[in-house]
Amino acid sequence: MANLEVEIVAADHFVWSGAATMVKGFTSEGEIGILPGHTPLLAVLAAGLLEIAPVDGDRFTVDVDGGFFSVDSNRVVIVADSAQLESGAVSSAGIH
Amino acid sequence: MGAQIRVYRQKIASTTSMQKIFKAMELIATSRIGKARTRVSASLPYSNAITRAVSAVASQSEVDHPLTTEPDSIRRAAVLVMTSDRGLAGSYSASILKQAEHLIELLHSEGKDVTTYLVGRKAQAYFEFRGRDYERVWTGGTDAPEFETARELREVLLEDFATDFEDGGVDEIHVVYTQFKSMVVQEPTVIRLLPLEVVEEEIESSTDLLPLYDYEPAPEEVLDALLPRYIESRIFSALLQAAASELAARQRAMKSAGDNASDLIKKYTRLRNNARQAEITQELSEIVAGADALNAS
Repeated sequence: MANLEVEIVAADHFVWSGAATMVKGFTSEGEIGILPGHTPLLAVLAAGLLEIAPVDGDRFTVDVDGGFFSVDSNRVVIVADSAQLESGAVSSAGIH
Repeated sequence: MGAQIRVYRQKIASTTSMQKIFKAMELIATSRIGKARTRVSASLPYSNAITRAVSAVASQSEVDHPLTTEPDSIRRAAVLVMTSDRGLAGSYSASILKQAEHLIELLHSEGKDVTTYLVGRKAQAYFEFRGRDYERVWTGGTDAPEFETARELREVLLEDFATDFEDGGVDEIHVVYTQFKSMVVQEPTVIRLLPLEVVEEEIESSTDLLPLYDYEPAPEEVLDALLPRYIESRIFSALLQAAASELAARQRAMKSAGDNASDLIKKYTRLRNNARQAEITQELSEIVAGADALNAS
């Protein structure tokens, strides 16, 4: 199965990008999980922890305080007002 | 004679110390400009993602949002002018203020009232010196803008935009800032911030076509959350570009000031040597004349 291509950006810096098998987060409506093949979606992100399962390495979480995210053809773009990688996160694509 | 040499010496000394200041300011500007440009490029992923999302919602859903709807008549316009806090940046602030004056004149000629919002102490000084009104001013940190400033600007501007004309609200908002094109080219630019004209991305291939999105919650609410962020990001990117332009302008101004100072030093040194030589010549001829007079007697 194809993987998700995830990109997390904050207002003034780039946070993380890489391949993942799952992204879990909170919208203003409730919790949502994104798996590969998800229908195109544009949703408002609520403050909370995003959980990302990268293809390589362990799951990690990102602390975001609101924003939005879009999903289209396995590409997930998470746009947060500010985002903080939880310590211990291993990034596959590297942090800039 | 001796007095003239002293005058030249003083001029050389003061020009040398000024040259040191110019040199130091040039170096500071040079070291900061790299950081400012990095910040401009660091903000790009965010603004690209947000622009893409806004154009997706705006082009697909028939949502009428107050921020995107053109009012029937525009009676009052707001102008946000971004200058620097400090001078010694050549014509940087002056050309922005000139551009702003043009815009204000144009808006007046269209029969609109104009309220101004200022960023930077230079704009504040310009308006205060002329005794002109401005709505609000933000100073401090124009060479390293914070995202918080952009947020505050957005809050104030949106609040005035949402207010009715009768209660002192505005119907459109313009921003005058300096676009950073390259190290040598910075251009004073005017953009209309509100009502929004979403710039559609050019579609290069079929994969770039925007998909039909599902919205969560409803499209209206997604747009409600997106648009303020979009405006924020445009203001922030204008602030960052203005900061980079300011530093580039300062670097160039300080470089030419330093060059002019060394020209002056050279000129005064020559004049000083000339004067010294003239003094020696005169003393010599006086001595010779005196000796001649003694011999003759």
